Amino acid sequence: MSSPGEASFMGEPSSDGRFGEFGGRFVPETLVPACHELEVAFRAAWSDPGFRTELDDLLRDYAGRPSPLTECHRLNEVLGLRLLLKREDLNHTGSHKINNVLGQALLARRMGKTRLVAETGAGQHGVAAATAAALLGMDCMVYMGEVDMARQSLNVFRMRLLGAEVVPAVSGSRTLKDAVNEAMRDWVATVGNTHYCLGSVMGPHPYPWMVREFHRVIGIESRAQCAALLDGAVPDVVTACVGGGSNAAGIFSGFADTSAELVGVEPAGGAAVRRGVPGVVHGMRSYLMQDEYGQVLEAQSISAGLDYPGVGPEHSHLASIGRARYETVTDAEVIDAFQLLSRMEGIIPALEPAHALAWVSRAREELAGRTVLLNLSGRGDKDVAQMMEILG
Amino acid sequence: MSSGGTGTVSVGTDDLDLSIPDAPQEPGALESVLREARAAGRKLLVPYVTGGLGSDWAEVVRAVADAGADAIEIGVPFSDPVMDGPVIQAASEQALAGGATPVSILDELARVDAGVPLAVMTYYNIAFRTGLERFARSLAASGVAAAILPDLPLEECGPWARAADAAGVETVLLAAPTAPDDRLPRVCARARGFVYAVGLVGVTGERNSLAASSLVIAKRLKAVTDKPVLVGVGVSSPAQAVEVCQEADGVVIGSALIRRLLDGEGPLGAAAFIGSVRAALDAGWATRR
Repeated sequence: MSSPGEASFMGEPSSDGRFGEFGGRFVPETLVPACHELEVAFRAAWSDPGFRTELDDLLRDYAGRPSPLTECHRLNEVLGLRLLLKREDLNHTGSHKINNVLGQALLARRMGKTRLVAETGAGQHGVAAATAAALLGMDCMVYMGEVDMARQSLNVFRMRLLGAEVVPAVSGSRTLKDAVNEAMRDWVATVGNTHYCLGSVMGPHPYPWMVREFHRVIGIESRAQCAALLDGAVPDVVTACVGGGSNAAGIFSGFADTSAELVGVEPAGGAAVRRGVPGVVHGMRSYLMQDEYGQVLEAQSISAGLDYPGVGPEHSHLASIGRARYETVTDAEVIDAFQLLSRMEGIIPALEPAHALAWVSRAREELAGRTVLLNLSGRGDKDVAQMMEILG
Repeated sequence: MSSGGTGTVSVGTDDLDLSIPDAPQEPGALESVLREARAAGRKLLVPYVTGGLGSDWAEVVRAVADAGADAIEIGVPFSDPVMDGPVIQAASEQALAGGATPVSILDELARVDAGVPLAVMTYYNIAFRTGLERFARSLAASGVAAAILPDLPLEECGPWARAADAAGVETVLLAAPTAPDDRLPRVCARARGFVYAVGLVGVTGERNSLAASSLVIAKRLKAVTDKPVLVGVGVSSPAQAVEVCQEADGVVIGSALIRRLLDGEGPLGAAAFIGSVRAALDAGWATRR
């Protein structure tokens, strides 16, 4: 077991699942044994070369890793900086989410579970979970907010095509937060045969740690690719969008022990780190948007994938110790960035990573002449219909 | 590097010492009442009422007390109740939409003279946001004997238990059918008031028949504790209450009562239903004796 101090550098959390003062395991008693079992199974698998090889093979031969690093030549001239994109959008299923679900699905099978349950916001994690379930012959049920099902209908169809059952979450804000509630309720009732395939670095211990480890491959690859491109140096800034924070955790983990500045970008309407205060929901103690009585507030974002009032506990820790900083961008800035990357580089980004680009674009003076690595966590196909309505 | 925003300000943290204090030896008000009733040969009945549900919820509390409740669980609604099924979710949403807050509910409870002990059921963030000590003291000040926090498992309960013990508030702990044998005695040792046996693997809600797991968990708990063992979650009818009390000391009845309130049955309907459970328990138990 590592000391809590090492968590500052994105190592292992403490034995009680803490990153500093954040994290923990705030779940109903019914789920405590399952969380223990998962932690034991993950530790064993993660130190088992056979498991690692099986996962690496799938990431290479099925998901298409390593993902490339793309330098933005035209955009660099416009912005006056050197922008490098980690191309997670080119993975199978169109986002970084596949890294985590392949890991969790293999782990679930190893634990003898036959069914996956997942929550999804934009549908990227749901599609990835449905994909992994199809690959491994498992049942899959995905909970998705009713509002999100309407704005991401293409992904709903994809999940069903892949054999998953998609169930609308009709309570509360009917978005990602409520989909998590429904998935947890399902797991409370089905914990014997079901693995909860959580889609971000959130939830009870060991999820925030385990999901980050499954995405660490983003950071490892980026570190090596940057070293090759930059004569062994690291970028000045590493940036990624943050909802729950999984793609950011993945890429940050490759640079936490370097001089690179780490910048997470939250939507203005779902800025748990910037606007929240510590709270406990969905199994974790973390920054949370809530009212004075502790009722969780509903997030408001153009991006269904970032429409979440909380954030993974390790991000709260990185913010509180000053190792990472968190910025916010507005929906309007995101819409501009979405078009900017499309026109200047021929890459249509998902609305989620367009948040990170929106911050880079706004901060171009601060970033002038510097090298910025941006995790392009997903592609924009799923957002085209929504953007067509907005842009007319 | 500055992260800016209020989110990075370290707030008062009375929840960082995770050691679990031993439970006080002396039974509190709730546990004393339940032990006394049990010793008198009575099966224990604890109805659940969502605080702030309708304008007459305090009358419902008095009505179910008069109908034979031994104690009453008062739900303080939370925006994200992950242990609750559709009925209690709907009641929580309705109460919140009607403007209910933890403060308004506790204020009203302070004026309810139910004549039986009250236990507040809410989720941990409500206590956490208020401040653990402040919330515990506010419960005591409103005449609430105990607290039930279903998303606060044994390992995380230390900070709250310290605050609650200090304020004289009993912390009821849940014991689940999924728990291995070595866990149950530890849960029981820390539980105060009663041990809340979760009757089935699932969230709250009515079921057509009593889950076999209800009897099993009650029996397992009775084997390791002499604290009152009450089964809740999935106990929906007088007959099911009688059935589970073959092993348990009593029952918590939530969704079956709340559904009647959502259907507009009001204090009279609530009293009729709880009265029928009371009568069945008394008759069933008398027959067995």
